[in-house]
Amino acid sequence: MSLNIDFNMGADGDDLFNGLLAAHEGLSPSQSEQMNAALILLLMNHIGDAAVIRDAFDRARSTLDR
Amino acid sequence: MARYSFDPFAYVTPPELLGAAGTDAPVIIIGAGPIGLAAAVDLATRGVASVILDDNNVVSVGSRAICWAKRTLEIFDRLGIADRMLAKGVTWKVGRVYRGDQEIYSFDLLPEDGHKFPAFINLQQYYVEQYLIERCADFPDLIDLRFKNKVVDVAQQDGHVTVRIETPDGIYQLHGQYLLSCDGASSQVRRQFGLEFDGRHFEERFLIADVEMEADFPSERWFWFTPNFHPGQSALLHKQPDNIYRIDLQLGPDANIEEEKKPENVIPRIEKIVGGRPFTLDWISIYSFNCRRIERFVHERVIFVGDSAHVVSPFGARGGNGGIHDVDNLCWKLAAIIRGEASVELLQSYDEERVHGADENIRNSSWTSRFMSPDGAVDMAFRNAVLGLAVDHPFARRLVNAGRLSLPCSQEASSLPSADVDLFDVPMRSGIACLDAPVMSAAGRDWLLRQLGDGFTLLIIGNALPQADREFSDDLVVIRVGAGGFADCEGKVEARYGRGVYLIRPDQHVAARWKDPDVEQVRAALRQTQKLILA
Repeated sequence: MSLNIDFNMGADGDDLFNGLLAAHEGLSPSQSEQMNAALILLLMNHIGDAAVIRDAFDRARSTLDR
Repeated sequence: MARYSFDPFAYVTPPELLGAAGTDAPVIIIGAGPIGLAAAVDLATRGVASVILDDNNVVSVGSRAICWAKRTLEIFDRLGIADRMLAKGVTWKVGRVYRGDQEIYSFDLLPEDGHKFPAFINLQQYYVEQYLIERCADFPDLIDLRFKNKVVDVAQQDGHVTVRIETPDGIYQLHGQYLLSCDGASSQVRRQFGLEFDGRHFEERFLIADVEMEADFPSERWFWFTPNFHPGQSALLHKQPDNIYRIDLQLGPDANIEEEKKPENVIPRIEKIVGGRPFTLDWISIYSFNCRRIERFVHERVIFVGDSAHVVSPFGARGGNGGIHDVDNLCWKLAAIIRGEASVELLQSYDEERVHGADENIRNSSWTSRFMSPDGAVDMAFRNAVLGLAVDHPFARRLVNAGRLSLPCSQEASSLPSADVDLFDVPMRSGIACLDAPVMSAAGRDWLLRQLGDGFTLLIIGNALPQADREFSDDLVVIRVGAGGFADCEGKVEARYGRGVYLIRPDQHVAARWKDPDVEQVRAALRQTQKLILA
């Protein structure tokens, strides 16, 4: 399996994106950082596919080059 | 319980300084720590003489390496001291990890039975050295152990090494065919050869203390992240024989060593851990650590073994164990070369296999170090996220890294033959150290690993290769389990190995295996091995 880079959140895309922002509301930057770390670990484990996860690391990092 | 008495060993004036003929041992070993002593015993069991030189005359003061892993005990069994170690040591296999006062994770290192040795024992390094020194005395013609013999210079030329040695009676020289540098992390030989340690230094400081106390703590490894008794840092408690407990406290990178070492600072910290029990301080030390190695371990006739070649953090017990794994890998090869049975090229496989092993140990201990002392806000956030999730999320417990304890590394990457000819659906693989299992003969119950030969062994489980004894017993030790050989009394040999034929190296690692080979297939594998070994 490779990392799905097409849209995959059904009808809930906007809702989920705003839900992510809402989940961070009222947190300090360091609390947000802490929450993001937990979130990433939860999702990483759920995906469980090393190649997919490593691909995501690379793609996320390369957004910094743009 | 009487404390260990560090009685000095006698210095004897070397015969070379008395005008006598002196030693003609082919191997000179520098350092009478566990690694140098084990190497001498391993070589002696293979009929090769050595002289061990040590600048000191007493065993290691302070417990230092205390955790001896199952594979290491199996090697020490081959060397003849494992039963003593097991009898004296504290056997343990359960580790518990706490965050604050809450247990978040526990592990059982050896959940299955049917092995002679447990996952780990704890035993102070000074006992291991004492047992090895006493074992050396079983080989008076092969091991010449010289205390208060300080090496001042090492040189190699034209197929031999020369060592200049300083003693209380003056300076003398020794010549040998090979030199093993087993002189530890600050190896003088390594410095003299100008070999750089490459890798990472960790700034984090740790206080290590042995305390003697009466306590009913179970034989487990307890590790705390941010304990209430030591806020913001980590702590480790581990039991040793003689009512000695090892306590390891993280102090942070900026700790003042001289201040922290003062008993008035150490004692209150320990009081908080041991909950008011009376105790006495046995040994304290403050350290930071490195995870690094030299590029190559074999430099013509000078060979680096153990900490002189590679160093790791202590969390994982990979220093002492890794060094003994070096000895296990090296000595059969060196003995075969010295006996003229193998080409000197065989030494390259020590370099290759143990550099690979060192890298695995360095990688694991670096990962642990980074988890225990996060470097910067991001590392800290992920570390804390793992610890926070671990309470309710089983997956995160597997990411909690309070030490990945020493396991033997695989040698699948080696250029020495290692082939899985047929598919097996069992835990054994080519390239790994053989797993132990109980076996039974007319003489009674015993263990599989104890039956393996000092040279190559052909292990046959079941009915394969009926003519093996006739065909191979001149070249190899042939062991059969089932079909008239040892009984697989608990079925664990077959469960771990399947039915088939295993070609096993002298260091008990699998070189090749088949389900039902013919004689020619095994001969071909032997020839392939011998082409490299007997080049």
